[in-house]
Amino acid sequence: MIPEIGNFALILALLLALVLGTLPIIGAARRIPAWIGLARPVSQGLFLFVVTAWGCLAYSFIVSDFSVLNVATNSNSQLPVYYRFAATWGSHEGSMMLWVFMLAIWTLAVSLKSRHLPDEMVARVLGVMGLVSFGFLLFLLLTSNPFDRLFPVPADGRDLNPLLQDPGMVAHPPMLYMGYVGFSVAFAFAIAALMGGRLDATWARWSRPWTTLAWSFLSIGIMIGSWWAYYTLGWGGWWFWDPVENASFMPWLVGTALLHSLAVTEKRGAFKNWTVLLAICAFSLSLIGTFLVRSGVLTSVHAFATDPRRGVFILGFLIVVIGGSLALYAVRAPKVGLGSRFDLMSRETMLLANNVLLLAATGSVLLGTLYPLFLDALNLGKISVGPPYFDAVFVPLMTPLVFLMGIGPLARWKQTTLPDLWHLLRWAFAISVVMALVVPFAAGEWKPLVSFGLLLAFWVVAATVVSIRERMRSVRSGFFAQIARQPRSYWGMVLAHLGIAVFVVGVTMVKGYETERDVKMSIGDTVSVGGYTFRFDGISQQRGPNYQAIRGAFTVTRKGAYVENLYPEKRQYNAGGMPMTNAAIDSGLLGDLYVSMGEPVDGGAWVIRVYSKPFITWLWGGFLMMAFGGFLALSDRRYRVGAQRDVALPRGSAAAR
Amino acid sequence: MTRLARIVLPALFALLPLTAAADAVPTDMDPASAARAVKLAEKLRCLVCQNQTILDSNAELAVDLRRQIREQIAAGRTDDEISTYMVNRYGDFVLYQPPVKATTLLLWGGPALLFFAGFFVLIRNLRRRPGAEASLTAEEHEEASRLLAGDNRKPDQ
Amino acid sequence: MNKKLMIPLVLFLVLTGFLFAGLWRDPREVPSPLIGKPAPQFALAQLANPAATLGTADMKGQVWLLNVWASWCVSCREEHPLLVELAKAKLVPIIGLDYKDEARAGKQWLTQNGDPYTTSVMDRDGRVGIDFGVYGVPETFVIDKAGTIRYKQIGPITPEALEKKILPLVRELQKS
Repeated sequence: MIPEIGNFALILALLLALVLGTLPIIGAARRIPAWIGLARPVSQGLFLFVVTAWGCLAYSFIVSDFSVLNVATNSNSQLPVYYRFAATWGSHEGSMMLWVFMLAIWTLAVSLKSRHLPDEMVARVLGVMGLVSFGFLLFLLLTSNPFDRLFPVPADGRDLNPLLQDPGMVAHPPMLYMGYVGFSVAFAFAIAALMGGRLDATWARWSRPWTTLAWSFLSIGIMIGSWWAYYTLGWGGWWFWDPVENASFMPWLVGTALLHSLAVTEKRGAFKNWTVLLAICAFSLSLIGTFLVRSGVLTSVHAFATDPRRGVFILGFLIVVIGGSLALYAVRAPKVGLGSRFDLMSRETMLLANNVLLLAATGSVLLGTLYPLFLDALNLGKISVGPPYFDAVFVPLMTPLVFLMGIGPLARWKQTTLPDLWHLLRWAFAISVVMALVVPFAAGEWKPLVSFGLLLAFWVVAATVVSIRERMRSVRSGFFAQIARQPRSYWGMVLAHLGIAVFVVGVTMVKGYETERDVKMSIGDTVSVGGYTFRFDGISQQRGPNYQAIRGAFTVTRKGAYVENLYPEKRQYNAGGMPMTNAAIDSGLLGDLYVSMGEPVDGGAWVIRVYSKPFITWLWGGFLMMAFGGFLALSDRRYRVGAQRDVALPRGSAAAR
Repeated sequence: MTRLARIVLPALFALLPLTAAADAVPTDMDPASAARAVKLAEKLRCLVCQNQTILDSNAELAVDLRRQIREQIAAGRTDDEISTYMVNRYGDFVLYQPPVKATTLLLWGGPALLFFAGFFVLIRNLRRRPGAEASLTAEEHEEASRLLAGDNRKPDQ
Repeated sequence: MNKKLMIPLVLFLVLTGFLFAGLWRDPREVPSPLIGKPAPQFALAQLANPAATLGTADMKGQVWLLNVWASWCVSCREEHPLLVELAKAKLVPIIGLDYKDEARAGKQWLTQNGDPYTTSVMDRDGRVGIDFGVYGVPETFVIDKAGTIRYKQIGPITPEALEKKILPLVRELQKS
């Protein structure tokens, strides 16, 4: 019964999405107020039905209704309830359902938080989002219905992929999709602006908070994914440049470019054409990413369902949505004004350079990700493009970007001069060079690449400090009053930029100083890594709720003094499948100790991998700082004041009704 | 506090030579060769896995190929020879770092191309910018407030 | 209309062309670099009679198939009836390479499922498999009279592959 309600709700949602995707847009074009007025209530109705459908699916998983094919294939009665819940998005169907659910949440949010916008604009924005919803709902119903029944009903489910039975599974997909799908709002604003021929500073102002919010969620989603891979895959890696990782990273890169470009468009009315293209690209890359993951055209650790029918559908949908938007862009964008004047040396130019670098980086990631596909399609052989390639091309592109990050916030709008900048930043530069040269010695060994990485990080920090000091000089009051005087969006930027510095420190230190030992250990053996000694105390059998595990016990000591015990596991899930490696990690501010069990070898010995990963937590810390920088900027008074002022304009609501 | 000390120190000592006490048996080889084996295995793709290096995979073929690498290092082969050995059997597909050849020129040159093309277009556009409207024009302010007010009249552009 | 603004659209359409082409290809099927190269030399103990060996050199002068199988290999069951049929037709000798398998398990498997092989040899530690670039069992190689690998089937032989590729190739090679 419940699955049927879910299925029915999906169908109703599809119809509402169709209404939302057509009538308000036509209404806005033909000035039919009644149709324009439909946008908000229909969006809310759409949300209601989607949330019902999603709730029905989640319910079927929680109560283990194995008559639903999706539940039977991806869950199991022994599975703990929180993983049964997370299994809702563990399958192809479920994750597409989550996609639609997230889109409905964003649509609802826009319908509620857009009171200060002209109704016509809202109608177009919600209409575009409705069209996207329609495509995905149709995809769900036609090719990937999560409510398909199974008969005869099996006694038990086949279980969730053991790799996914992890707290990361509960948090990672919703966060990631929240960000991924969130770019649909900026996209819809861009399309609405193109349709209405109103691409201007106000458009940028409206898009900006939505973009920031989506970007922050995406940052957190990527961070959790990386962290999850790190502790769950058992080989201590945190980023593999896997196609699926790239699929989420490309929208992030373009989203980052968009954030900066929107700032210029809002403040200076400049490069509107470019900004609107970025808004289209960010969401397009989310969609292409969805295609890459769902169609199986690329081999990846994430490869789920591979069904060409699904691929064809999504591809067709991509052509309609992205192709349509880009065609609209080609037709409508030229009408947009040129924006205000600025010099070759100005903050505007620096932000443009930032955009060029971020886009070149995105292009490189896209090229590397799809190149094997290109060659294969042209019958030129099969190749693999992996971390060595991406590391080699990414670092040179990011270096000038990080360097610019120090200068940008200090450069003036319109016009700035090099001598001024040099005057402001020379001490910051000198200090960061000296520190970068000296600090690696303290870490034990001087390495050129470490020194270089640290130079970038110190430079960002030092230049940010200079920027803060400059800002505060203009205000004469106490320190805390000064802090409060600066807008939160400024502090958001500071936090995000410092987050990059923290991230760079993490990458540099891990790449420079991580140590790994792959050893054969019998019980009682010891191995030393990074100044710590690990003793293999023995193994024991453990029973989990739905798995059997062999648990190794290790005592970690440092110079003979006890530090702690670590318990890595090898798990065999009852429902079958490959054994899983659960690493034991001691995580700390300045580094992790990581033990994972390999294979048993003769004589009761085991192959054990032990790692010391200095500063690895800084990677994720940096990303968190960026995300919180985004949230902080969102809480800026300016957005709220703006909203209030708009409401205060009496003609607003009256004229549009 | 002890925790803090505990985490500060490993980072500082991470690179000091590893003590060779009553140590576990490193899998078959001396540290320098073991490091080479790791470096090599990290660049080779496990063919039976979805997308993993043979270092990271526990698939049987990956285990066998790791053993091959160790044996060949022990036999005094160079890294290049071992890579060639793998390519001769499994093709370029095993290399995570694709070789530079005619078909991969665009792959390797692409990023630089994007970089220079991007800056070329940027600089040309900036140079060419005609005297656009004055900074933050009054019209723009006016238009912004008109839009915020929900006025439907479309200004001619 | 400004032509430059069409660039993103054109790029995107080119991209979709490739993506569409990619949908119909298996990203996991890696063509063997050994095709057109001499088959790697080996001489391995026979499964039925471990005292005797069989190797590449023994097959010189005839066209033959090398089929890589194992008792633990699930998809080998899929192609096995086809191999048994093929063996009955006596068109071409099929040498089995029992890959990373126990002799006893291998023999038992052949007793159960029928033995299409002229001879099967044991590749206990999988070294010959590595030389042949085997990465997924079953795999089948077509080797010509000169000992050159002419074709490789990755995964189970399908009736279609047998009829359209393997057999015509074998006949052609036998003529020359």
